[in-house]
Amino acid sequence: MEKLLLLGDEAIAQAAIDAGMSGIYAYPGTPSTEIMEYVQASAEAKNRNIRSIWSANEKTAMETALGMSYAGKRAMVCMKHVGLNVAADAFINAAITGANGGLLVVAADDPSMHSSQNEQDSRFYGKFAMIPVLEPGDQQEAYDMVHYGFQLSEDMQIPVMMRITTRLAHSRTGVARKEQKPQNELRLPSNLRQFILLPSIARKQYRELLTKQERFEAASGNSGFNKLTDHTDKKLGIIACGLAYNYLMENFPDRNVPHPVLKIGQYPVDPALIDSLYTSCDELLILEDGYPILEELIRGMLNNGKRVRGRLDGSLPRDGELNPVIVGAALGLDHARGNDVPALVKNRPPRLCDGCGHNDAFLVLNEALLEYGRGRVFSDIGCYTLSALEPLESINSCVDMGASITMAIGAADAGLVPAVAAIGDSTFTHSGITGLLDAINNNAPITVLILDNSTTGMTGGQTSSAFGKVEDICRGLGLSEEHIHVIKPLKKHHEENIEIIRKELAYNGVSVIIPRRECIQTLGRKLRQKAKMKELEITQ
Amino acid sequence: MKKDIILAGVGGQGILSIAACIGTAALDEGLYLKQAEVHGMSQRGGAVQSHLRIASTAVASDLIPEGSADLIISVEPMESLRYLPMLSRTGWIITSINPFVNIPDYPDMELILKEIWKQHHYVTLDADAVAKECGSMKAANMVILGAAAPLLGMKPSAIENAVEKIFASKGKDVVELNLKAFHAGRSHTMKQM
Repeated sequence: MEKLLLLGDEAIAQAAIDAGMSGIYAYPGTPSTEIMEYVQASAEAKNRNIRSIWSANEKTAMETALGMSYAGKRAMVCMKHVGLNVAADAFINAAITGANGGLLVVAADDPSMHSSQNEQDSRFYGKFAMIPVLEPGDQQEAYDMVHYGFQLSEDMQIPVMMRITTRLAHSRTGVARKEQKPQNELRLPSNLRQFILLPSIARKQYRELLTKQERFEAASGNSGFNKLTDHTDKKLGIIACGLAYNYLMENFPDRNVPHPVLKIGQYPVDPALIDSLYTSCDELLILEDGYPILEELIRGMLNNGKRVRGRLDGSLPRDGELNPVIVGAALGLDHARGNDVPALVKNRPPRLCDGCGHNDAFLVLNEALLEYGRGRVFSDIGCYTLSALEPLESINSCVDMGASITMAIGAADAGLVPAVAAIGDSTFTHSGITGLLDAINNNAPITVLILDNSTTGMTGGQTSSAFGKVEDICRGLGLSEEHIHVIKPLKKHHEENIEIIRKELAYNGVSVIIPRRECIQTLGRKLRQKAKMKELEITQ
Repeated sequence: MKKDIILAGVGGQGILSIAACIGTAALDEGLYLKQAEVHGMSQRGGAVQSHLRIASTAVASDLIPEGSADLIISVEPMESLRYLPMLSRTGWIITSINPFVNIPDYPDMELILKEIWKQHHYVTLDADAVAKECGSMKAANMVILGAAAPLLGMKPSAIENAVEKIFASKGKDVVELNLKAFHAGRSHTMKQM
């Protein structure tokens, strides 16, 4: 079959379409966004009537996928690593209910924090939930593992996690497809109490999950994704997880590593496999992109066995993503060096686009806050977080989705009055609504800016669940009309906008200001589309 | 055959269309390929780079090892210097000399050029002017691709076909403009070599 040139994310999406998936649910988040985008743009997915929906957040996405699995069909849910924190309640409990139709949870980690606030390792969540985890080493394996993962999920009646990292998600290569499978028929669970986690049932289900662990280990021993390649020099044995295997191979142009190498792509790992390497080698080197999870398990708290090298003993850096040079250095290999970066090269950090409405909104806020002084603006996750940088330097926090409103409440309770929250429209419906309800119920003296660019901007302009609903939501939560203001963040309205915010800052209760102007990127795209349509009309 | 290429520029300048052309050509030539892209936050006017690896045998790492890139292809002069540690001692820099100034402390252009001209192998060209002569500044990318073409280890016709493929959906005029820009870039380098 012809190979397709696909990003890792796209390979996962194509595989899910081919493996008979009936629905995919997600909230956008780098580096996972392109999985859903690919399905939404796919004509095949359309022909097969595959549901492909941006959910309000990762928790609602996870639950929707679980519902589809309950009904016997194959479902996928995708998120970035920190999205799994939001989905965690549903995720952990889905391991107790188990699955009916195949359920694949894709978590995309971001070691080195290219576009994230931390570099947490989702494999820990997989271990926490005690479910199988797949970690592809390249895009082809990602494609193959989706097929395998759906099958494993149905065979073992358990959700299966696929953990990927930025480098796999956003790297492109040729991928060969498998034959397409039909979708499952609607089929209820054979036990209609399987998904009722009343304590009496949950205890039974949990014990079942515990007894499944051995089968999970056996599966990872038999799948071929964990592979031991023996070699003569047993002074060292190497365990390489996921992409780390490629960085190892890069150091040996003939792909011939002189030491035994255990490539890991599936967890929980069969202990017998680790044991055979451990017993036959003098010491081990563990290569993991992310946290040292296997390393910690193998060396143990007491670290009194054979020498285990990796991120914990300094053989590899404790944080950040791996690369061929870092892995080579751990093996004592030297590498070529280029010239240094000349001193005159300046940093070029990301910034708000020219013509972005957020820029005008923050210029107004900065000026309205002059009389109160700095240090009272709690913000959130999105393009507008860039207002932290020069020249705006408007905000003082960015922690997790929705934390702006709730942190402002706490700070106001402590006496920081007025406190300001700045949150985007999509982030507001993701996790801000409940916080605003708290604020309204307690009449917190905070001013909330819901920066409405009518899209999920930072991830490239996906549909925002908040679209056309922001004022209605605020009203519905009980906010009085006189403290809801929609303003147009344009230079020509600068003075009047300052006045509106100033007035609400002085008000001793909750106000919501909605600076509304469409994202310059999505607007530009629409205009270009329109011009193209017009051109077509003329030529026809 | 092995070509490890760093593509450099500023978010929004469209280095990925250069990557798409080289990638498509490589695939048509039956070569192996891996291309690591930057998506997300940096795309908002920040420094962006892409690792493009082409070889006649399977490529292992998605990332190019430091000090071993064969080429830095840059659509912005200061950005071409940011990745020097990645470049092999025998590697080439192909860069436009048209600065993208979106920071307050952008260095003096003359000093940037002096740094580039200190390197062993380089091609510098006014891609904007060349593209303008061809019909539109928008094709500056393809001028740079053309300038890099003699160093890519592939037949020029393979890359031309790829340019046609990539821009086919945008109409005949766009394809012709981009091919013209590609040829202009290519002959610039051929004259220097």
